[in-house]
Amino acid sequence: MSADLTRDDVIKVAALARLRLTDAEVDLFRDQLAAVLGHADDLASLGTDKVAPTAHPFALANVLREDVIRPSVDRDIVLAAAPDAQDGRFGVPRIVGEAP
Amino acid sequence: MRSAREIAQSVRGGASAREAVEAAVAAVAARNEELNVFLHVDAATALAEADAIDARVAAGEDPGILAGVPVAIKDNICQTGVPTTCSSKILEGWRPPYNATVIERLRAAGAIPFGKTNLDEFAMGSSTENSAYGPTRNPLDPSRVPGGSSGGSAAAVAANMTPLSLGSDTGGSIRQPAALCGLVGVKPTYGLVSRYGLIAFASSLDQIGPFAHSVTDAALLLEAISGHDPLDSTSLPEPAPSLVAHLNDGVAGKRVAWVRELVDGADESVVASVEKARNVLRDAGATIVELSIPELRLGLSAYYLIAPAEASSNLARYDGVRFGQRVDGEDVTAMMEATRTAGFGAEVKRRIMLGTYALSAGYFDAYYGQALKVRTLMIEAFSRAYGEADMLLGATTPSVAFEFGSKTKDPMSMYLSDVFTIPTNLAGDAAISVPVGTGEAGLPIGVQLLGPGRSEASLFAAARVLEKAEGRS
Repeated sequence: MSADLTRDDVIKVAALARLRLTDAEVDLFRDQLAAVLGHADDLASLGTDKVAPTAHPFALANVLREDVIRPSVDRDIVLAAAPDAQDGRFGVPRIVGEAP
Repeated sequence: MRSAREIAQSVRGGASAREAVEAAVAAVAARNEELNVFLHVDAATALAEADAIDARVAAGEDPGILAGVPVAIKDNICQTGVPTTCSSKILEGWRPPYNATVIERLRAAGAIPFGKTNLDEFAMGSSTENSAYGPTRNPLDPSRVPGGSSGGSAAAVAANMTPLSLGSDTGGSIRQPAALCGLVGVKPTYGLVSRYGLIAFASSLDQIGPFAHSVTDAALLLEAISGHDPLDSTSLPEPAPSLVAHLNDGVAGKRVAWVRELVDGADESVVASVEKARNVLRDAGATIVELSIPELRLGLSAYYLIAPAEASSNLARYDGVRFGQRVDGEDVTAMMEATRTAGFGAEVKRRIMLGTYALSAGYFDAYYGQALKVRTLMIEAFSRAYGEADMLLGATTPSVAFEFGSKTKDPMSMYLSDVFTIPTNLAGDAAISVPVGTGEAGLPIGVQLLGPGRSEASLFAAARVLEKAEGRS
């Protein structure tokens, strides 16, 4: 599988991860990711059809508590840590284009 | 430097906590520039906390089992108002608005959080060379790495700056640097210590734990920070276990397994240390059995799919919107890309890419899904092993501390540093690394004891047997 990892795959994954790579980084990451995934290919040959996956070391059930109001961090303190805040909200650049 | 136990005993008896903090401040002033251990120390606040402890003792109160003990904190653990970077540029200047539960627990035990220590960026690495703020040097040989990712926390104790420190262990990030710096390091059972306020790397694997010079000091610190926390939904339900009371229980009647896969590929000197540990435990009354657990060989491959997959999801939050650095862009996507591209270092990008790929459409089943099944196989194999033995014995790392730059070119060679430690994280179990013997250039070697979940008390007792045989406290 991993030997097939292409430059285009790396570019696509970088876009999904919101990262920009230089051409040199694309080549480097292609080689390095292929090497790591090559080890992962060892796992592919194991007979695991009847094995259940484990996403977490302990069986977890929903953890519930009484629905009571309790103090949390003040909004102004949270917003003070943001790169941009306006009118009690986080500020971000434009998300959609201007209306025509 | 005095042990944590000695400091706490003397402070509870009326000696000055300020003196213990002043000693830490002086030790940091003497060597931090050379070793790059602490990213942030606020001596004035630490001294003020010490004075408050002294005042409480003077008023007849008992501040707790760690009264007046300065504890270094890995810089991926949140402390209110104190810069917390994860050694990443993306969090530069950020000050958390809340305390991690472990910080609250330290203070409740009378300890004094003392400064933030360097790490591999977001705890991704095995040498502390991946820090955006420069590498930490091994206090025992500054031409070598201290291990990682909790390299700063290990170095703080090894350089006698603080008697104790906290690290986090996702695949070996406490045990491996403990081994390389000649310390005791513990990866507690998953859920024993609250992760609330530990900045997430791989949530199903991360666990906070102690570094110390002695098993006793490590037990004191772990007792202070563990126990159920309603703020962490993965926290175990029970209160903190009693560890210090069982330190001298010994190993008589215990079955200890020599596990081939936990020494295969290690340097000769490392294998010799594990053999020495086996003989010490046998002489102390343990029964030695030999086991082979072939599934352990699959751990590294499974880990390097599972941990990056979880990391790629956890690190999606660093998008320049709510905290940390922002690099402007013409629209929100461009801003996020510019922020993440400038803010993350190469190893973090590599792991995010790896995880994103393993989770992406068309590859999910083959990579991430298969790794989760292998995780099941490993848990079942451990479970069978613990039917035949009470604990497993092996190496912590394949070699002693290595030189700077020797593994940075080839990520796989660095990843192999954690081959013996990773399986415990995948299983959610407990393990302790304790120094036994020395290798190349007189550098320390760590021997690892692994046990099932909640087996800390017997692991500490066995580690204490090894420590005594080494002539340490």
